[in-house]
Formats: sequence, structure tokens, C-alpha cells
Amino acid sequence: MLLSTLIKTALRSLGAHKLRTLLAMLGIIIGVAAVIAMMELGAGARRQILDNFSSMGTNLLIVQPGQRGMRGVMSGSQQNLTLEDALAVVREVKGVSMVAPVVGGSAQVKYGNRNSRVTVTGSSVTYLPMRGFEVEKGRAFLEQEADRQARVAIIGPVTAENLFGTDDPVGQAIKVKGINFQVIGVLRAKGSQGWFNPDDQILVPYSTAMKQLFGLAYLREIDVNAVEGADLSGVSADISALLRRRHRLQPGAEEDFHIFNQAELLANVSSATRTFTILLGGIAGISLLVGGIGIMNIMLVTVTERTREIGIRKAIGARRRDILGQFLLESVVLTSLGGAVGCLGGTGLAALIGKATDFATQTDVVSIVLALAFSGGVGIFFGFYPAFRAAQLHPIEALRYE
Amino acid sequence: MIRTEELVKTYRLGGDEVRALDGVSLEIADGELLAVTGPSGSGKSTLMNVLGCLDRPDAGRYWLGGEDVSDLSDDDLARVRNRRIGFVFQSFNLLARTSALENVELPLLYARAEDSRERAAEALRTVGLAERMKHEPSQLSGGQCQRVAVARAIVTDPALILADEPTGNLDSRTGQEILALFADLNAQGRTVVVVTHDPSVAAFCRRRVHMTDGRVDSTGS
Repeated sequence: MLLSTLIKTALRSLGAHKLRTLLAMLGIIIGVAAVIAMMELGAGARRQILDNFSSMGTNLLIVQPGQRGMRGVMSGSQQNLTLEDALAVVREVKGVSMVAPVVGGSAQVKYGNRNSRVTVTGSSVTYLPMRGFEVEKGRAFLEQEADRQARVAIIGPVTAENLFGTDDPVGQAIKVKGINFQVIGVLRAKGSQGWFNPDDQILVPYSTAMKQLFGLAYLREIDVNAVEGADLSGVSADISALLRRRHRLQPGAEEDFHIFNQAELLANVSSATRTFTILLGGIAGISLLVGGIGIMNIMLVTVTERTREIGIRKAIGARRRDILGQFLLESVVLTSLGGAVGCLGGTGLAALIGKATDFATQTDVVSIVLALAFSGGVGIFFGFYPAFRAAQLHPIEALRYE
Repeated sequence: MIRTEELVKTYRLGGDEVRALDGVSLEIADGELLAVTGPSGSGKSTLMNVLGCLDRPDAGRYWLGGEDVSDLSDDDLARVRNRRIGFVFQSFNLLARTSALENVELPLLYARAEDSRERAAEALRTVGLAERMKHEPSQLSGGQCQRVAVARAIVTDPALILADEPTGNLDSRTGQEILALFADLNAQGRTVVVVTHDPSVAAFCRRRVHMTDGRVDSTGS
């Protein structure tokens, strides 16, 4: 029998019980929609992180405090990176073109009667080019502003809009933790990274942040930029040797800092993404299993209800494989429709979440194709037994069934 | 056309064994119009099922058009039903929510025949339903449904038409029209076997076979 005829037959019988069909598909729809939505959000976040890395330039090394323990990097667990360490790195390590000491915290920022809680990053003038930030309006820091703990700030475009609306922030005074700062520039938008939005932060000189805002003696990290074409692992080893000496670590003792480079960060993101994907795969598997059991249930009911139809078909010449194929296809149409609706719903859901929360989303063709294939597979797997029962019916008994 | 030899078919009903067919030997020639009569429980429906290749006999042999079909597999029996036998049932047995044309087309689809649409339409024209092709069974009268069933029975051009109480659900006038249709088909050379307990239907056939307790007790004309 032609496939188009079979599909038409399947759609007709599914259409005869619309509510039942919808309820039977619901398990598949919800499962697929949830997974697709998560996948799209995950893919969006991942792409943004990668974009962000590439905008940082390839020569970036990041030194953070903390030991590399059994459970990965316990960053921020120790306070031992000093401003002097940062200055020593740029002074003594060959192949280093610039460094940026980085401190940070979160603070209430006020302009007039508007206020907002934002991330405050304290760093030097070198931080901007090293992290791929550009100043869209106004100017960057000056060297001497760090030396004299100047109360100047460069603000992200989202912060600018929150505080100033459409007004020009450059030259205005804002209060950070109650202290007056002058806005000297606005950053160009970079886009959200998922958990952290670099457009919603303010940058101040590191010395101002350490002494006047947060009272810090140690750095959160030291960003190091190697000269073009430098051997990154060599530079990394030299920094490590220098810091070991400065921190007076015994030979053989574990380092109390860790140096990341881009390759390592990328690997971390990939492994986080992989974990995420495995987790989602598990959720998908369970929801498809539950959905599949619902499909099997409804197909068994359908076969029983249509015993007489099966008898008629057999009487006029349907072979076992014709009946098997008919009900198997009906089950596959049911689950594939569910999968398709789920994909649409998931994409819609991701778009809604993305709009509401600023998360980036990216439609992932591979996961949509996979979701559709798996939905179809569920139809075959859970539809087989009901279809097999239908095919085994004896024509006489089926025709007599009331 | 049909030759059977000592057909036996036993059913188990509850704990009792019922011999629905108890040694039925029968010959039906090509082009006959034959009635199988008998009281209910006499085994005439069982005989029809075996003759229609819907069921296999427990013992005995059955030749249909010279071929021994007693031991064919289920799928081979399905092929025989599809190509060589047309069924007409008392309760029509049409697929609901399916147009007359598609109902008639179905045997051709299982036969993987070409021009199935055209041939189904032709069969419907033969039974006088050219105007009702797109109607579903629920939109047709009983007589029209039975005409659709007849069209479905003849669409694969089988040599044998088996009808089980074909007028049982129809009023007598409509029943006469259906019988007239059978007479036409018979006149075109098809063998027609009608199972009935209605004497007026039996009287319509040239030859009558009467059954009692699973045996043929008269095969006169």
C-alpha cells in the first residue's frame, strides 16, 4: 500500500479522536519542548562565551589565586595575589606586553533618584584592550588616574540606560557606595554572557576600588597579555616560577595560584557543555520513556476498539505485515507530530525566556533533528507491541467482535 | 470451481467441543448461483468461513479453482481472499469515516494494483452508485451500503462471490435489488454462493444446499 495512503489513514483515525490524540502526545510534546528549550538556551550561552573569548584576543593569560585541587580550581579561596605580583610579572617576565590587575565587587550605584545594583570592576587602563572592551563615548582611564585613586568611572551601556535613560552620562556624577564618581566614558555593547552581563557593570581604577570602595589588599586576578607570537606555555611557566619565588613556595609544594590560558578555558566550557548535554539527554530519555508508555497505552486501546476494522481489512486481503505497518505508522505519526509540536513549543519557549531574561538563544538544528528522530523511534518502539497484536488477530474473531 | 472433501471444523465453546463441520463434501461448478441454507448452529457460517479462506479446516481438503488451499499460510490465505474471493456481509462491514470510493479501492491497494482509483469508480458504476462515490457509509442508506460492499467484492474481479445473509439487514424491496445484482454478476459468469436462512432468498438461487448439525443433508436443486 502506498505510504501516502497509509499516512492519510493514520491521520484520519487520529483525527477521529482529537482530544485523545492530543493527550496521548502531551508527554512527548512536553518532554521534547523542555529539552529543545534548554538546548537552545545552552547553545546560545555557549556561543556567546566563545564569541567573548575570541574578542579577548588569543594572547591572554589569566592568573587567579587558589590551588588546583582534586575538584578543579578553587578560585577565590585564597588571598595571595598582590598588586606587586602584577607589577613584577610585567617587569620581569619576558614576552609579557601588559598586565591588568583586577579586583571587583558589587555595589549600589545612584544617579539622582535612580539606583541600581551593579558589578564594579576595578582595573587599569590596559584591561579594556585586553578584554576586548571599547569605549563608545567619552574616554578611557589615564595612567595617573590609578596612581592618584581618581574617582572616575566608565559604565556599561545597560547600566547607562538604567541610570540615565536617554541622557548623556559622560561628565555626570554618580554615587557608588555613597561616594561621588565622575562618569568619563560609556562602553560599547558586548552582549550578555548568560550568567554575567558585561554591559551592566562599571569600571573604576583598581586603586580606587581597593582602597576607597571595597577595602581590598589582594587581587581577584591578574590578566596578562603576551606579545604577539610569544610561546604561551613558556610565558606561563615563567610567570609560575616568578610567583612561586615571590610567594616563597618550597620546591614540590603546590602552587597557590593558577594560570589559565584560552585553550584551557575553552576546554572548561566544552566540558561544562558536555555535562549539561548529558544531563539533558537523561531528561529527554526519561520524558520520552514516559511519553512512549502513554503512546503504547493509547495504541492498545485503539487496536481493541478497531478490532472489527482489522477483521474487515483482513477479510479483503490485508496480510499481517499490512496491518502491522498500518498501526506502526499510526504510532510513528502520533509521536512524530508530538515531536514536531514539541520542537516548535521548545523554540518558542526559549525565545520567550530569552526575551524575558536577556539570555541569548540559538536554534540548534542538530538537536531538533535528533528530537524528531527520537520521537519517531519512540513511536516504532512503543507502537510495535500493539501493532503486533493487531496483526496477529484472527480474521473471524476480529469480524465477530462487537 | 470449489471441491471439498470431508471438511471437519471443531470449536471449543466453554468446556464442550462443538463440531461445526462434520465431514462436509461439496462440489460447486463454475458459474453456479448457490444457496447454503439451514437453521442457526447448523454450521453454514463455518462453511462460509472455510470456503472464504478466512479459516482453515481441522481435517479434510479444500480445492479452490484446482488449487489445494487447505494448508496455506495466513498470508497466502490473505492473498487468495484478496485476488479470488469477494465477500458481502450481513452488516456490510464498510470502514467508517471512509468514502465509498476509498472503501471499494481498499482491496486493490492491498493487491498493489495500478489505476486503483479508476477501477474502484468503475465497480461503483457497475452497482449503480456513480453519484455517491464521495459519500461515507454514515451518509448512505442500508441498500446503498450493501451496494458499496458488492462493489468492493467485485473490484478485484474475483471468480467467487461469497455472501453471508446479504439481505438480512435490508427491507424486502432493497433485498430484492441486491439479489438482482447478484443475479447480474452470476450472469457475467461469476460463481455466487449465498448463505441464508431466508427461504425467499434461497428460492432465488438455482441450487440449494441444506445443512443440519454440521452435515450437508441435501444438495438438490
